[in-house]
Amino acid sequence: MANEILEEHIQNEYKWGFTTDIAADEAPKGLNEDIIRFISAKKNEPEWMLEFRLKAFRNWLNMVEPQWAHVHYQKPNFQDIIYYSAPKPKKELASLDEVDPELLKTFEKLGISIDEQKRLTGVQSNIAVDIVFDSVSVKTTFKETLAEKGIIFCSFSEAVQEHPELVKKYMGMAVPPTDNFYAALNSAVFTDGSFCYIPKGVRSPMELSTYFRINASGTGQFERTLIIADEDSYVSYLEGCTAPQRDENQLHAAVVEIITHKNAEVKYSTVQNWYPGDKEGKGGIFNFVTKRGICLEDNSKISWTQVETGSAVTWKYPSVILKGNNSVGEFYSVAVTNNYQQADTGTKMIHIGKNTRSTIISKGISAGFSNNSYRGLVQIKKGASNARNFSQCDSLLMGDKCGAHTFPYIEIKDKSAVVEHEATTSKIGEDQLFYCKQRGIDNEKAIGLIVNGYCKEVLNKLPMEFAVEAQKLLAISLEGSVG
Amino acid sequence: MISIKNLHASIGEKEILRGINLEVKAGEVHAIMGPNGSGKSTLSSVLAGREDYDVTEGEVTFNGKNLLDLSPEDRAREGLFLAFQYPVEIPGVSNINFLRTALNEIRAYHGQEEMPAKDFLALVKDKSKLVELDSKLASRSVNEGFSGGEKKRNEIFQMAMLNPKLAILDETDSGLDIDALRIVASGVNKLKSKDNATILITHYQRLLDYIVPDFVHILYKGRIVKSGGKELALELEAKGYDEIKKEFEIAD
Repeated sequence: MANEILEEHIQNEYKWGFTTDIAADEAPKGLNEDIIRFISAKKNEPEWMLEFRLKAFRNWLNMVEPQWAHVHYQKPNFQDIIYYSAPKPKKELASLDEVDPELLKTFEKLGISIDEQKRLTGVQSNIAVDIVFDSVSVKTTFKETLAEKGIIFCSFSEAVQEHPELVKKYMGMAVPPTDNFYAALNSAVFTDGSFCYIPKGVRSPMELSTYFRINASGTGQFERTLIIADEDSYVSYLEGCTAPQRDENQLHAAVVEIITHKNAEVKYSTVQNWYPGDKEGKGGIFNFVTKRGICLEDNSKISWTQVETGSAVTWKYPSVILKGNNSVGEFYSVAVTNNYQQADTGTKMIHIGKNTRSTIISKGISAGFSNNSYRGLVQIKKGASNARNFSQCDSLLMGDKCGAHTFPYIEIKDKSAVVEHEATTSKIGEDQLFYCKQRGIDNEKAIGLIVNGYCKEVLNKLPMEFAVEAQKLLAISLEGSVG
Repeated sequence: MISIKNLHASIGEKEILRGINLEVKAGEVHAIMGPNGSGKSTLSSVLAGREDYDVTEGEVTFNGKNLLDLSPEDRAREGLFLAFQYPVEIPGVSNINFLRTALNEIRAYHGQEEMPAKDFLALVKDKSKLVELDSKLASRSVNEGFSGGEKKRNEIFQMAMLNPKLAILDETDSGLDIDALRIVASGVNKLKSKDNATILITHYQRLLDYIVPDFVHILYKGRIVKSGGKELALELEAKGYDEIKKEFEIAD
């Protein structure tokens, strides 16, 4: 019975695995200072940016890959990666009409519309999108509408050109170039990403979204996102990603930084659906990402919500440094692993300011032969009086060949802190499935119902459109995985 | 409605059903009684299609179809409903959402459109009255944190919502106090019609004071050893199962 259902699952395919046949402008394989200069020159960067990269690179050369995560994989050969790949533009793009139609078709297949006009007919929802294809940002929609409010939402490369003072001031504040092996690598070779600045007193009138797509073979994607919320501002930010199906492992090492000023709030939601590899565990994306926010000033809030269904190996800990007094950090996560996927994901909540609060809700689901680990750190620094944390880490197992692990670390240096930790492990039961079937609900739908019920607390935190997509994705990722 | 012929079923090496014969027609209520371990719950599980059991012999025809060929969900969609002895909890899934999914799956099987939300909610309101189910229970997670009585009432509520042709009530009376028993029984009675049938599986005669059966069958060691009218249940109550055991002792 278990085997049959596993078989069934195996036939389930990654829907986003197609490639786009498009001419690309690529850097030669390998990594050295010349490559970094090549990338910087391609982007016509100022000298300070190049210096930032080179400094990070020199640091990286002396760093070792982290070994502590509960994942096993063939270490990437960093000299065998193409660090820059851009769809070759036929000429400078003045309007959407000039975007390569192949590229437009790709995004259509992915279900992303970059045509602003559609919004007028009510087809497109109220979301501004920045799309990053391999190494470059292709198109940012609704830029003008946002500009009226003073919101800057553009590609990172553009921000370096247009708003160097902001980039210079904030880049590396939450994730310093020396932070860790992959953050250092990213700081040296990052190619593009999104930049977002919400000015004082502004609530973004729409959700801002970035869509990442790896297309070219042999490339790595190293994007960088920087979000700054000035005093009394608010933004909800969404991120989605897919990649073609390939036998090789492709590296994705991104850095996301969020900075909130006084009374500001940023809500960051991700649905991560990178190609997870095939049923044998061949291919798939290595997703080694550093995401961190700083509640720089009082009463500010950063909330991370993630639904992780993709990637062969995930290594990711969206964290919050609670520096301002009364600041709030939240982490809501659903991480699904199937077949031979491995995920080591969680968060760090670093309490520095007084009366700071953090909440961690993590829901891990393991199926097939996969391994799913929660790793979290709650740190209460001396002087962070009345800090509070609540953590809940649940694991759901499907079948008996997968693993669920929890590594919670708690460091308390202030006696007034209140820290609570709850953890559960459960198994989707034959009984639950049979009960659903006896009511006329088939296996796939039943798993969808049960899993969505289990993840409800997290899915509820996602913006509407995203929640629907996430629910479907969960069902697809787990199709037939219960035995 | 359902015709069971020489049904044998086992779990692992152990044969539990050893040749069941039973004919249930539309409009009828049958009670199956028997001591613990006689195979009562196995019979309901096998009919509903639980995969832990192997059917080794016999046939079951349900509405002209070979029931044993159908998947559990298709049996449900064909109109077979099992009220569970131990209803299962599904955390985070609201009763309403669960039932709407079930109802629409059944409708889709019969080529019908999804039921409009408005009609569905009206149906919920109507049917929850039938078992005096608190409307709050409808929006709570399926059976999660329900008392024993609430779980059983919820089973009958689901039955009312899905309107099956054949309902099998597996020890629905167990663990119920007298008030809950009365409510559950009155719900079942109201749902009875000339077009549907009910099989009551029970250990005690008590339930049959409230739901009066047309036929009573006594199951012992995997076979129906005696059938009769409602008076058979009373006789059993008076004499106890020991009498039956003596009478029908079968070598294992």
